[in-house]
Parts: sequence; C-alpha cells; structure tokens
Amino acid sequence: MTNYGHADQMRRATSAVMTTLTALCTVLAVAALVVILFYIAWQGIGSLSLQFLIDRPRPVGEGGGIGNAIVGSLVLLLISSAFGLPLGICVGVYLSEIGRGRFGGTVRFIVDTLTGIPSIVTGVFVYAILVLPMKHFSAFAGGVALALIMIPIVARTTEEMLKLVPHSLREGALALGAPQWRVILGVVIPAAAPGIATGAMLAIARVSGETAPLLFTAFGSRFFPTSLNEPIASLTVQIYNYAISPYDEWHAQAWAATLVLMTLVLGINIIVRFLTRRKF
Amino acid sequence: MPVQTVAPKIEVRASTTPPPASPGKAKVAVRDLDFFYGRVQALHNISLEIPERIVMAFIGPSGCGKSTFLRTLNRMNDVIPGTRVGGKVLIDDHDIYEPGTDVVELRRRVGMVFQKSNPFPKSIFDNVAYGLRINRVTNSKSELADRVEQALQDAALWNEVKDRLKTSALSLSGGQQQRLCIARALAIRPEVLLMDEPASALDPIATSKIEELIFDLKERYTIVIVTHNMQQAARVSDTTAFFLLGKLIEVNSTEKMFTAPNEKLTEDYITGRFG
Repeated sequence: MTNYGHADQMRRATSAVMTTLTALCTVLAVAALVVILFYIAWQGIGSLSLQFLIDRPRPVGEGGGIGNAIVGSLVLLLISSAFGLPLGICVGVYLSEIGRGRFGGTVRFIVDTLTGIPSIVTGVFVYAILVLPMKHFSAFAGGVALALIMIPIVARTTEEMLKLVPHSLREGALALGAPQWRVILGVVIPAAAPGIATGAMLAIARVSGETAPLLFTAFGSRFFPTSLNEPIASLTVQIYNYAISPYDEWHAQAWAATLVLMTLVLGINIIVRFLTRRKF
Repeated sequence: MPVQTVAPKIEVRASTTPPPASPGKAKVAVRDLDFFYGRVQALHNISLEIPERIVMAFIGPSGCGKSTFLRTLNRMNDVIPGTRVGGKVLIDDHDIYEPGTDVVELRRRVGMVFQKSNPFPKSIFDNVAYGLRINRVTNSKSELADRVEQALQDAALWNEVKDRLKTSALSLSGGQQQRLCIARALAIRPEVLLMDEPASALDPIATSKIEELIFDLKERYTIVIVTHNMQQAARVSDTTAFFLLGKLIEVNSTEKMFTAPNEKLTEDYITGRFG
C-alpha cells in the first residue's frame, strides 16, 4: 500500500470526525422529536375515545370531549388559508418574477420583518382593528390573525421555490411567444408547485399550533360553532385552558387533545403531499 | 516561412437545394447593430443579410458575441436587465426594434432552440402543444393532435415517442429532449428558426440526427445556427459568418469560408491558430 504521508492521515481523520459529528447531531435532533411524539402518544392515548372526539366540553367529572375544538381549529385553518395562502403566494410571485428593483427589496425586507413578529403582537393588532370595532370575539378575527402570520412564511418560501426554477424554462416559453403572465402561470408556478405546497404546509402547521393570537381574537367556546361571527373553540386554546386547570381529568384531556392536534397536522401534511406529488 | 494556403480537412457537404444564384430580398437584414450589456459593448456595428431558406452558421471563439447577436434577432435579450440595442434588425423589411413592435408576435415568427434543452416539466404532448395553445392556433382537439404529430415528425422524434405522448418530457434522453424542443419550436410554424449551439451537449449520434434534421428543415425554414464546432458549420450550413470580439469579420458561402476565406483573421481561426 502506498504511504500518502501525514497530511493524508490528518485529512482522513478529520473526515471521519466530521462525519461522526454530523451523524451524532442528526441522531440527537431526531431522538428529541421521537421522544416528544411518543411521550404525547403515551400520555394522550388513555383519554382518547370516539366520544371524546365528537362531544363538546362538559364540567369536570362528566367526561366531555373536544369535538367543537376540532371543528373550530379546522374552520380557523380554512379561513386563514383562504386569505393567507393566495396573498402569500402572490407576494412570492411578485418578489421572484416582477419586483426586482428597490421596491421589491423593500417589500422583501418588510416580509422578513413580519416573519419575526411575535404572534401575540399579531393577536393584539387584530384585536384592535377587528375585535374592538365589532365589539365581540369571532372566528373571522381569529382566521385573519392566523392569516397574517401565514403570509410572510408563504411569500418567502414561494419566492425561494420560484427562484429555483431554471431561467432556461422561462426563456423557452418566452421564445414560443408566451406573454410573461402565461409563462408564470403555465410554466414557472407548475414547475415549483411541490415546493410552494411545502411552504404552504409549513405555514399551516405553524399556525395550527398558535395559541396566543387566538386568545385575543377567536377567544374560545364550549359549544359547536354556528357562525363565523361568534367566538369559536380551537384545539390550542382548549389545550391551554385544560392544562392550566387544577383538575387531573382535564390534564389528561389536554394530552389527548395534543395528540389529536399533532395527528391533524400530520394528516394535512400527507394529503397535501399526495395532491401535489410530482406528476412529471 | 510563408503561410501555407488554408487546407482544412473539413468536408463541405453539397447542398441539395443550393441558394439561388442571385438571392432575392433578405429575410432578415441587420443594419449597424450595436449591443450593450450595461456599459460593456458586446456587438459593434454589425450589418448582415440572411436570405430566405438557407442555413447560416455563426462561428467564432467563446464570448465573441455570436449568441448575443442571435438573441437580438427575436429580442430574447429584452429579458436581461440593463441591455441596450442600437441600429436596426429588419425582418421582412420591418424593424423589430421599432416602438410598438409586438414582441410576442415576433417570437412566434422567429422561433428559437437553446443550447441546453429546456423541456417544460409537462408531458411530451403538452410540451409540443404549449406554443399552439398559448397562441390559440386551434380550438379543435384533433387539429391540435395533428399539429403535434406533424411537429414531432418534422423533428424526427415521432417514431420514438408516439406510444408515450402522455409521459413526462423529462424521461427522454438528452438528444430526444433537444429534438422535442425543436418540435416545440416548429409546432407554431415559425418563419425563421434560431438555434443556439443546439448540439453542443449531445453525443455524436444525437448530434448527427440534429444535423440531418437541420438539413431537411431548410427547405421550409430560414435557419440560423450558432456553433462552436466548425465541422458542424461546414456540414450543415450554406453560408457562414465569423465573429470575433463582438465584430463581424466575414460572411461568405460556407464552401469559400472553409477553403479560401477573404480575411486573414478567418483563416487563422479556421486553421486553429487561435480560439
């Protein structure tokens, strides 16, 4: 065997150490996640039952469930997605395809700043501009608060995904006589669709875990929703209320609700991935 | 030692449809064209006429402006920020840089095939149908299918893909992808076809297929091809233009260009003294 000398041994050793380090970090990160998942499942599974999933909250000792909170969370996600996803995607398309100048840079800076705003601030803001004038909490206000959190996340991921689409695809379409809007709609966005969907998923997963902005806007409710114009329950607020209560039964229900919330996010994730899987 | 007369070992293929002895009006006429990327002038005062239904090749070393010049002919440089054009490009006697020119319409008439094949992430059929659909060529499904088939036939790809038109264009081989891009450009029946090193990323077999294709297509189209490969220029073109440092050095019949060029610079380049 050829002797490559000291420098070469060093190189091999460094490579081995670095590989081990990255592997170790990965194991640590994944392990933390797995522990959380199993702990929640272990704590929550005991209180899970069909009754728990479809019933509304009852006084302590009478059982009750989180059916209204599940419906409420889904309604809030629908409202926020209806506002947040189209707006966020449009901003992302603007930043990537049209706004290249100083104005685009300003918009990008503002969007980045928005991403960093604590969600409770968003909640207070929506409280001031929607809840106070309307004089009551509402599902609508909650949805708007969540949408405001979604927009910058969706905008930036959309922009990054669109920038990954090779320039040659745009030129190819332009050279066939396509106007810019058709290039964007017909070629660039479809090519980036899986990535854009992933960004949307991230945003939905993020807001489905939000509690603080909902306390000021959707408030919470012990009943099934009948209108978007009234307070509405949500899983996170329900978990919060039960977790800070002094009752062991409610603590157990909070764990079960947490398990349901995580399953919900996972479910949405799988569905969206299936719908946007790469066909070509 | 006296410079030997150029004796390149380059075969010039006899043209089956020789260009008319006295070519009529030029399809494309370029007059005093200057082009700038920001402050850098990439093209200097270029004047050139391209007769109808011939193949003209642009040769020259990397960075000599031949691709830039090609892209001025369908205003593809418009999409690059900070570029500026001076002079005129007349296509059928109309200056395409005149204000009010419909660039979309121009690009429909002057098609383009790029160096790197760039099929859309769609099915083979949808790729070829794209130009037809956006230009609303037809509303009838059967006519659309006919035009797609015709384009694929013209690009000599039909037999290889006719049973899998619905599969992804990205599943094709590199050479097939490039012929698909040619089919896509042909589908809208342009008058002029610009090809920017269409075979530079392909293996010899795929390259020869593309060259055969160019040879067949010139019966119906005016073709301008940029190439790094002088043998290729000699094989496929009727006329050759030599560019150097943003200037047009010489335009001549391909045969003359590769046997007895008028300019010393051309001779030096072709015999491999630089570039």
